[in-house]
Amino acid sequence: MNDASALYQDAIKQMAQAAHGHGQLESADGEARLDNPLCGDRVRIQVALDSGRISAIAHQTKGCLLCRAAASLLGARAVGHNAAAIEAVADGLDAMLKGAAPGPAAWPELAMFVPARAYASRHRCVLLPFRALQAALGKVGAGATANATENHGEIKGAR
Amino acid sequence: MNAAVSALRGQFPLLAAAPGLHYLDSAATAQIHRAALDAVIRHETTRRANVMRGTYALAEAADQAFDQARQSAARFLNAGSADEIVFTSGATAALNLVAHAFGSTLKAGDRVLISVAEHHSNFVPWQMLRERTGIELALIPVAADGVLDLARLAELMRSRCRLVAVTQCSNVTGAWTDVAAIVAAARQAGARVLLDGAQAVQHGPQDVRALGVDFYAFSGHKCFGPGGIGVLWGRAELLAQMPPFLGGGGMIGEVTFDNTTWAAPPQRFEAGTPPIAQAIGLAAALDWMMTLDWPQIHAREQRLGELLIEGLQRIPQLRLLGPAAAASRAPIVAFDIEGLHPHDICQVLDSNGLALRGGHHCAQPLLAALGVDACTRASIALYNDAADIEALLDGLVEVRRMLT
Repeated sequence: MNDASALYQDAIKQMAQAAHGHGQLESADGEARLDNPLCGDRVRIQVALDSGRISAIAHQTKGCLLCRAAASLLGARAVGHNAAAIEAVADGLDAMLKGAAPGPAAWPELAMFVPARAYASRHRCVLLPFRALQAALGKVGAGATANATENHGEIKGAR
Repeated sequence: MNAAVSALRGQFPLLAAAPGLHYLDSAATAQIHRAALDAVIRHETTRRANVMRGTYALAEAADQAFDQARQSAARFLNAGSADEIVFTSGATAALNLVAHAFGSTLKAGDRVLISVAEHHSNFVPWQMLRERTGIELALIPVAADGVLDLARLAELMRSRCRLVAVTQCSNVTGAWTDVAAIVAAARQAGARVLLDGAQAVQHGPQDVRALGVDFYAFSGHKCFGPGGIGVLWGRAELLAQMPPFLGGGGMIGEVTFDNTTWAAPPQRFEAGTPPIAQAIGLAAALDWMMTLDWPQIHAREQRLGELLIEGLQRIPQLRLLGPAAAASRAPIVAFDIEGLHPHDICQVLDSNGLALRGGHHCAQPLLAALGVDACTRASIALYNDAADIEALLDGLVEVRRMLT
């Protein structure tokens, strides 16, 4: 049993409520949909690139406050970054959640997720939008939407 | 706390050690009864040996205990014979066993009828069978309250329907299935009936002969026994006609390079070393359950369900899923609160000492039919009382305060 009040601080609630980047792009260079098969949370993310850097981002997120706050943060901060930078931030966030690092210095807002360290089952909620963005960036130029679950499992004919 | 419930709680080591815990997730896993735990420890410390292989005294003792476990499971289900009891690793394995072994007797175009309300473990194996053999998979729809809509049942069974595989009780809405109507229609159509009893067994012993079904599956961890053990009951004549699912030791008659013959059921379906201690622990849980006053427990569980439903109905922007009447459902109550995600709800409830499950509950087709992506579920078992319900209703006030 943990006190959840540290987790549900105003910064996270406000970031989720702001829903920065929520919506769709008219023209995307890459897009991906990532699901959390354990809870059904889903993030669909689109990116447009200019000279290898994100010039626009949009997402449609169905998930908990942590997932929506993380997606909103990406909507606010991802523009201007390239795939390598996003990967470094995502991996830094992952390490921060696992308690091994203070978090990416360039994105101090991620500190709002530090209380989630205590809840291992919620780490994937925070990471899902970041991993979806990485998948979307990986699809740039591939001309297809990546549809995947976190474990990339898919059963033909399954709904 | 109610004296009867207090006495019951004291028989569950985890609950006895955590008096402040309001455990409302028994539909996912019920707490283990001390008798089951003691039986596992006693077996592992005094009789641990493989079964059906050794001739030494220890192995004989293990054989005897394992055989008695099978007989306990048969009594719990009122099966005609202990040979109709197949031990598996759980209900999922039992359902997959039928999908493979009985499924291999089906031909392309034969129909298997399931329902929208199935847990994924009674949904996905049939999709996989469809991929393997070309069977036709059809769905019994649900009404708005999640109850199986049987209006078109005869029509759904018309086309070479060979098996109806349905839940006895929804793990999301708690809605009971009208098994008698399904069995009657299946008999007319010449189809067999598989009942997924995973949610029903923690609410009392079952009578597979009175139910009139052909297969029945359940898990030990949902009826106060250990994890890693489940039961498939099947009519003897059906099991005898079915080929094995898994191959290995214990399930053979004779093995030569050119040919292998199968053991008779139930061993035919228990390849490899079975979960021996788990089966013995399960039997202890079932033996204990068979001593209880179930009408009294049902009445108490139903009262708690009513108390919870009445309390939830007073909460603004809360939608109850499932039948409105507590009598039409097992004490499993799922709900959706507009604007609040079940993960967040359960997280805050946890900080108030409440254990509930939030998510899709491995029933995505049902949730889609009910128009929700995820929901929060409280499930009540014999060790719960009004204090648990009050704590949940108070906790939901805190949920709204903290999340909005």
